[in-house]
Amino acid sequence: MSTNEIAPETWGILAEFTDADALIAATRSARLAGYTRMDGYSPYPVGEVADELGFPRSEIGAIMFIGGLVGATIGFLMMSWVSVVDYPLIIAGKSMWSWPMFIPITWELLVLTASVSGVIGLLALCGFPQPYHPLFNVPNFARATRDRFFLAIEAVDPNFDLAGTRAFLAGLNPASVEEVPA
Amino acid sequence: MAAATNTHVDASLIEHDVYTDDEFLIGGQHTLATIGDKIGSVCLGDTVTPKAWWATFLIGFSLLQAMVVGLVWLFYMGTGVWGINSPVFWGVAIVNFVWWIGIGHAGTLISAILLLMHQKWRTSLNRFAESMTLFAVMCAGIFPLIHMGRPWLAYWLFPFPNNMAVWPQFRSPLTWDAFAVSTYFSVSLMFWYVGLIPDFAALRDVAKTKIQQMVYGGLAMGWRGSAIHWRRYEKLYLLLAGLGTPLVFSVHTIVSFDFAVSIVPLWHATIFPPFFVAGAIYAGFAMVIWLAIPLRHFYGMSDLITKKHLDVCGKIMLGTGLLVSYGYFCEVWFAFYSQSIYEWDTTLQRLFGPYWWSYWLLILTNTIIPQVIWFKRFRHSEFWLFMVAGSVHIGMWFERYVIITTLSRDHLPSSWGRYSPTMWDYMIMFGSMGLFLTLFALFLRFLPMISITEMRELLPRAAGGRDGHAVMENAK
Repeated sequence: MSTNEIAPETWGILAEFTDADALIAATRSARLAGYTRMDGYSPYPVGEVADELGFPRSEIGAIMFIGGLVGATIGFLMMSWVSVVDYPLIIAGKSMWSWPMFIPITWELLVLTASVSGVIGLLALCGFPQPYHPLFNVPNFARATRDRFFLAIEAVDPNFDLAGTRAFLAGLNPASVEEVPA
Repeated sequence: MAAATNTHVDASLIEHDVYTDDEFLIGGQHTLATIGDKIGSVCLGDTVTPKAWWATFLIGFSLLQAMVVGLVWLFYMGTGVWGINSPVFWGVAIVNFVWWIGIGHAGTLISAILLLMHQKWRTSLNRFAESMTLFAVMCAGIFPLIHMGRPWLAYWLFPFPNNMAVWPQFRSPLTWDAFAVSTYFSVSLMFWYVGLIPDFAALRDVAKTKIQQMVYGGLAMGWRGSAIHWRRYEKLYLLLAGLGTPLVFSVHTIVSFDFAVSIVPLWHATIFPPFFVAGAIYAGFAMVIWLAIPLRHFYGMSDLITKKHLDVCGKIMLGTGLLVSYGYFCEVWFAFYSQSIYEWDTTLQRLFGPYWWSYWLLILTNTIIPQVIWFKRFRHSEFWLFMVAGSVHIGMWFERYVIITTLSRDHLPSSWGRYSPTMWDYMIMFGSMGLFLTLFALFLRFLPMISITEMRELLPRAAGGRDGHAVMENAK
């Protein structure tokens, strides 16, 4: 295929590697070559790839911390308001605001809201559910969940150049290099 | 490939087997592709469904029908069809509730606590142990609901503004329990599903039929193994494990508060929370052994669930069993040393009263029989390990039975009574086992019973893996 035919419809270029260390090395080379809009794909997590991509820390921790704090606070205030203001009952001679008795439910709500916000946070940040992605157009990409490791440099990268990027990736000793149609 | 240099494992475990890794956690000579094919082919229908699967499913499904009949009669007649009456209002239903939820706890222990402790051997067990947790919590959750008498009003357990202008009683352990069990179920479900997402993607990419591609593809939600996604995923997985660990302790502590916050002699004890948690892990590991041994045999998973796994599970079962036995000793000692006549007399009733047989059966099955695991000969024999685990199941059931029959003779001799379960109690009890078997059989057939992703990561570097899950190192 000539460059002119597919250039406007190219999402990126995908290089295939046979092991995780090759992917780490390739990602590092691509970063040093000035590429910024790229991603690595692997059947199991390879933390060094994310490091090389310049994503040293995810947002999940902050999301779960805030989610848990909000849930626990709302739960504790809800129980306090119910027990003191809206529906005061004397139980076993305890004071209305017998806050130690509210701790078990506060804790459970902390865990629940932190977990729910973490899962929703993961899905939202990753854009899931996402039924279609250009990478799924490449039949060989099915091996990204099996036994192969991929590096994709996206066409939106300022340094992206169809022939040049392709040659660059081919120079990293990959198992294959393919164009990804959008 | 077997490297017999590892000194942590005794030689009798390795015998003549070939192992992929140095730690005897993966048998055979697996690679990234073969390990996924082996686990995935069961889900995709490429592995012939074992006859034992049909036996399990049909027995489970038949028992489930018994449960349906039992529930219909219970809802029609009310809880009077059970053997509960003054003074024992908490009968076998509560025994079953605590028994099931205890079994569930080992799944979370394996998934969460062992992850935090860098125990690589959890990897083969965590998926089916988590499923065990989910299904056991479902079985457990049924009992408090049907015990209400008016189960269609179960939502009254939760706080919501209503036209009766009443609220739940937040100082009651039973309200805590509603929050604890529902949180536990929800968090276990999320942890399980998050763990399954990459496996669904792996199945989607090898599925052959349109239906499989659509179902697994839908469940995978577009997962493509991006390094950025993995980083978030691992952080989430680690934090869920970190929250799940104290959660599992809090849940069974709250379950024990159902008893311990009351003033019934022998229930009102500080030993209850740790004693219940240890018992839960004990029962759960017995169930893990009961599930792992058939998987090894009928699905040929002995290369992924190796003898080393059984050995470790046996040791943990023995350890937690000793903690539980220490609890039995403490209960009697506290009663004696407190010099409370009610505590001590109730203890004597428990040991030598009308239900003496259940107490001594408990001691036999939970304390005495499991001691054989000290011996390598029994620990390394699947048959004996299975038998001991069965003994623990019986023992843990009777532990709760002994607790509820305490109600039959407490402070006031004029209100002493007797309790015996009826046919309807047993129908729902065995029916809940049918529910568990049915769900577990369906899980084995349609979902990856062992985590494909984590097993790939566990492979040694030479075989394409990363030598064990690096979630602790990668989660940022």
